[in-house]
Amino acid sequence: MSLAHRIIPCLDTDGSRVVKGVHFEGLRDAGDPAELAARYNDEGADELVVLDIAAARDSRPTFLETIRRVAEQLSIPLAAGGGIRSLEDARGVVRAGSDKITVNTAAVERPELIRDLSGEFGAQAVVLAIDGRREENTWQVRVRGGRVATSWNALDWAQRGVELGAGEILLTSVDRDGTQSGFDLAFTAAISRAVSVPVIASGGAKLPQHFFEVFTEGAADAALAASIFHDNVQSIRGLKEFLRTNGVEVRLPC
Amino acid sequence: MIATLIDYGAGNVTSVERALRRLGADVRTTNQPEELTTAPCLILPGVGHCSALLHSLDNHGLRTPLLTAISRGTPFLGICLGLQVLYQSSAEAPELCGLGLLRGHVEQLPGNVKLPHMGWNQVQPLRDSRLLDGIGADEYFYFAHSYAASADGPATVATCKHGREFTAVLETERIFGVQFHPEKSGAAGAKLLDNFLRMAG
Repeated sequence: MSLAHRIIPCLDTDGSRVVKGVHFEGLRDAGDPAELAARYNDEGADELVVLDIAAARDSRPTFLETIRRVAEQLSIPLAAGGGIRSLEDARGVVRAGSDKITVNTAAVERPELIRDLSGEFGAQAVVLAIDGRREENTWQVRVRGGRVATSWNALDWAQRGVELGAGEILLTSVDRDGTQSGFDLAFTAAISRAVSVPVIASGGAKLPQHFFEVFTEGAADAALAASIFHDNVQSIRGLKEFLRTNGVEVRLPC
Repeated sequence: MIATLIDYGAGNVTSVERALRRLGADVRTTNQPEELTTAPCLILPGVGHCSALLHSLDNHGLRTPLLTAISRGTPFLGICLGLQVLYQSSAEAPELCGLGLLRGHVEQLPGNVKLPHMGWNQVQPLRDSRLLDGIGADEYFYFAHSYAASADGPATVATCKHGREFTAVLETERIFGVQFHPEKSGAAGAKLLDNFLRMAG
């Protein structure tokens, strides 16, 4: 009996539709968020993440409506983010039915945002998303959907974020994102071992073996993927059966 | 079946409300003291900080009517923080008094494991449980917390372990509590809520 490793499908949306692209670019339509949410809920997903990757001011009401429609379908936890810059933005997302709030660029610009969110909703509701790219032997924080470099070191930022009140780190390898060549195991392990909170690995998943590696060598607590689930490249149940057979603790709903 | 959900303002009650409606319950959410005393059953959900919940109960004048209703035998279900406040106090807000319906104190989980204890875990039944009736022993429930009550209280009917053992499910007379979130725990969580509604009905 121990904590199960979580499998988390991610819905990247343009506000109202699920979209997908490689390296955050070249977006294509991938379906209705509520329909996909219902499917993943039934197939045994452990949690769902919904991100507004357009995150434009005028798409806010549409995105909140999307969160409501998605939450309506779920009996598992929901995290939502994209464009959350203030406590007021976060309240809207929580009121719409999200259990957790994911912040990325806005937290880099104003780290106290993490403390504000954690103070109001609790650390368990605050997910710090970090997009990192390898620079020689370290990982550099990227912002604005991975497009813009910063001078920050991802490991330092993860630790600071936890001190400020983040209850979870959603770690995306910009190098691996969309490549389907496997998670960045070294990156994931380095961050996971440096922080006291759970780490969700993201970027590069395709094969069941990739998930096995990230849960063992990568020391991840959860793993996130998008298009392989949307496109039925990988079923959640099949993935979990593979992991359980190979000795990784997962939840297989009856 | 009318289920009265205590909305103290600091937590998100929507998901609990939705889960109860799916089970056919007529859900009333309220922060009005008089509605607590007439409710056929009471559910106190809770996320966030313990002090926010206790302050909010006091600011809305809900503490006394809640204790009165429970002492008169109104079935009560506390979820997550809603379980923790049943005890005398919590290390998360040591300056505040809990509801004190159960003896004991809520303490932080040890630092040798990742906190919050977040995700799906199994529970270990200690004896027959009305809430867990009909739920397979290998089912998982969704947890999201850093504080927990010790596992050795007389009301504890199932435990979980993360760093140390703690109370996952408690039952005594008409008082029930779960440390996990049944409203987020898929079919197993829905079955547990249904068990509560049936007992209360």
